[in-house]
Amino acid sequence: MFRFLERAENTARLIEAGFRIALTRSTDAQAEWKSVIVTSASQAAYDAKHDGYDSTRVTDFLLRDPDNPSSVLSVIKAARDNARLVRTALTTEVWSSVNETWMVLCDVLRDPVPETELPAVLATIRQQSALVRGGLHGTMLRNDIYDFCRLGTFVERMDSTTRIIDVKYYALLPAASFVGSRMDNVQWETILRSVSAHRSFRWAVEDEFNAASIAEFLILDARMPRSLYFCAGQLVDNLDYLAANYGEETESLRKARALRARLKDRDISSIFEEGLHEFLNDVLSDTAQLGMQIEQDYRFIA
Amino acid sequence: MNSKVQHFSEMTADGGTRSPYTAYDGWFAQQDNARLAKKSAEAEAFFRRSGITFNVYGQSDAEERLIPFDLVPRIISGREWTKLSRGIDQRVRAINAFLHDIYNRQEILRAGVVPTSLVAQNDAFLPEMMDFSPPGDVYTHIVGTDIVRTGEDDFFVLEDNARTPSGVSYMLENRETMLQMFPELFSKIKVQRVSDYPKQLRRSLEASAPAGCKGRPCVVVLTPGIHNSAYYEHSFLADQMGVELVEGHDLRIVDGHVAMRTTRGYKVIDVIYRRVDDEFLDPLTFNPSSMLGVPGIMDVYRAGNIAIANAPGTGVADDKAIYSYMPEIVEFYTGERAILKNVETYRCSEPDMLKYVLDNLADLVVKEVHGSGGYGMLVGPAASKKELAEFADKLRARPGNYIAQPTLSLSTVPIFTEAGLAPRHVDLRPFALVSPGGVDITPGGLTRVALTEGSLVVNSSQGGGTKDTWVLED
Repeated sequence: MFRFLERAENTARLIEAGFRIALTRSTDAQAEWKSVIVTSASQAAYDAKHDGYDSTRVTDFLLRDPDNPSSVLSVIKAARDNARLVRTALTTEVWSSVNETWMVLCDVLRDPVPETELPAVLATIRQQSALVRGGLHGTMLRNDIYDFCRLGTFVERMDSTTRIIDVKYYALLPAASFVGSRMDNVQWETILRSVSAHRSFRWAVEDEFNAASIAEFLILDARMPRSLYFCAGQLVDNLDYLAANYGEETESLRKARALRARLKDRDISSIFEEGLHEFLNDVLSDTAQLGMQIEQDYRFIA
Repeated sequence: MNSKVQHFSEMTADGGTRSPYTAYDGWFAQQDNARLAKKSAEAEAFFRRSGITFNVYGQSDAEERLIPFDLVPRIISGREWTKLSRGIDQRVRAINAFLHDIYNRQEILRAGVVPTSLVAQNDAFLPEMMDFSPPGDVYTHIVGTDIVRTGEDDFFVLEDNARTPSGVSYMLENRETMLQMFPELFSKIKVQRVSDYPKQLRRSLEASAPAGCKGRPCVVVLTPGIHNSAYYEHSFLADQMGVELVEGHDLRIVDGHVAMRTTRGYKVIDVIYRRVDDEFLDPLTFNPSSMLGVPGIMDVYRAGNIAIANAPGTGVADDKAIYSYMPEIVEFYTGERAILKNVETYRCSEPDMLKYVLDNLADLVVKEVHGSGGYGMLVGPAASKKELAEFADKLRARPGNYIAQPTLSLSTVPIFTEAGLAPRHVDLRPFALVSPGGVDITPGGLTRVALTEGSLVVNSSQGGGTKDTWVLED
């Protein structure tokens, strides 16, 4: 359920970044929308329905399309169904906020969202997501249920951040680091905005904008709540709590530790040497395997 | 105002729409007034939420105020902008050269181009700045040139604002608001972006750091505090740049450097973007009762261990009598004719000009040479006989304190009203950043608009509002 909620939020953020770039830059909007689709891991499903990329069709596909299992409407419905299934595991506050989120989003996404209303709709998705998260932090027992909620969130987030970096990995290669006044790489801004980090980057990182420092921030920074290292750390922590609680260390914990070890005490240049794209591919497949391992270890699959 | 005067309309010409406004006009024609009125209310809510409010001095019980925002953008073509920005670039370079000169060799005074008395007797002139050069010889790092338009190709500089120009947060927030409210406009019309300003500002300030600074320079914004009317802007700029916002009591001198108090002890800073006036900057050098500044900062400054933006003593260039010499100043330092025109200015210190001013007072605008913000001025055409007579006495008593200018017929841009579009007078304040690395001018600026029909006063303290300013990608 929290995987779905995290995905809805990430999708909204992705659209927001794509939309803003399309409005404020004179670059090729078509290419920008295509990379939004690729990042959301739904290119095949999109291409099966549509021919070409534009803001209307891409946003509709990502927000409303029932044929897209990752559309905001699809995942919110799935999240709400899950929440109903495990209703007794959730506090009233969490349940009612998930239920309300579903009602509100069904309402605002009933018809195609015109460009004029898009900023307001995306803001609603973000606000609803914050409401559920606030309910979770404020009211849930810190028991295994909470740990599983957090695991869902961070598996999804890890996956999402990795994809965002990978789709634009070419913009983060050191060769791309030309620094010009107005020539700043459009792609860097998109990347940072897709993870809502265009402000925190300026605060957290001492360096000027350049490819290596942005890649380092998104992959290795321990303070950045959407970085790969941060997500891996959270996965280990939550699996640790479960191990302590259940008195048993699982294969998932071992896998999560291995994943974190790949990211710990690395410096970005060694990752560039290894090959950024290859490195991200490995992280993506490790994350997917970890997700499946968790389902297996904790018997989420019958 | 004289109603027979024809004002230049930036939106319409000969019954049609001027080309920069064509696409916008096409969009506007399809809107209904009720929706726009709703959007207008949304804009206000947006500003309230972001906290972009200001306090009015002397009104302790008054609520925080918003500067009214009008949702019709002011649109400038790329071609018009290219010319404007070349003119601003030239002018800010000349102003920096002028400031360096008057605080060092004073060639321009020796050459007799500018009278020595205008500098020597200027309140903003600081002897403490003599024989000293700030890093890269940059004095005014941030300039907000006030420009007015009276015709298709007639742009005039009204004021240079080299000291502490404010309003850039409105340039940025107005654009964000427009992007939120009318995204469809921006997908139809390509507008040059302004959102790089904070990044450019930080770059520019870092490039102005003292030569001895090691590593990435530490930049801070120095504010007088939350009661200052521009506090929102100070906090906004610090946040957007990713640098600390400090007050005077957060800073002290440690081992010959300015340092700020942090949770881990004192940290040396290299560049201060200060929004505290000269007079309050250092109680040891200037106003001894100031609690807003940093005791001893001027010594650190002169020792070359801190950069202050804008430099102390920069206000000389804002003096309105100095302004009247700006075409000569530009030519003196750049060897070129000024690209941007000055408004014709009569210096009342000169007897024949004083006589002309007194004879034509009812048609002129008279300003104090050190004044700003629309205070202490006379708008002849709007003044009563009694006011004119009283002002004439002041002029005779202290002629050197005044300059006079013809009443300009400012251009108009429509604002949105319940009854549809209605023309109102506007001015424009673009923002230029100057560092040893060069000049950077953000395409756009702050458009101020007089909301009262016929009024020429755009100041926010006197009923003015703002508009988003678009520079098109032609």
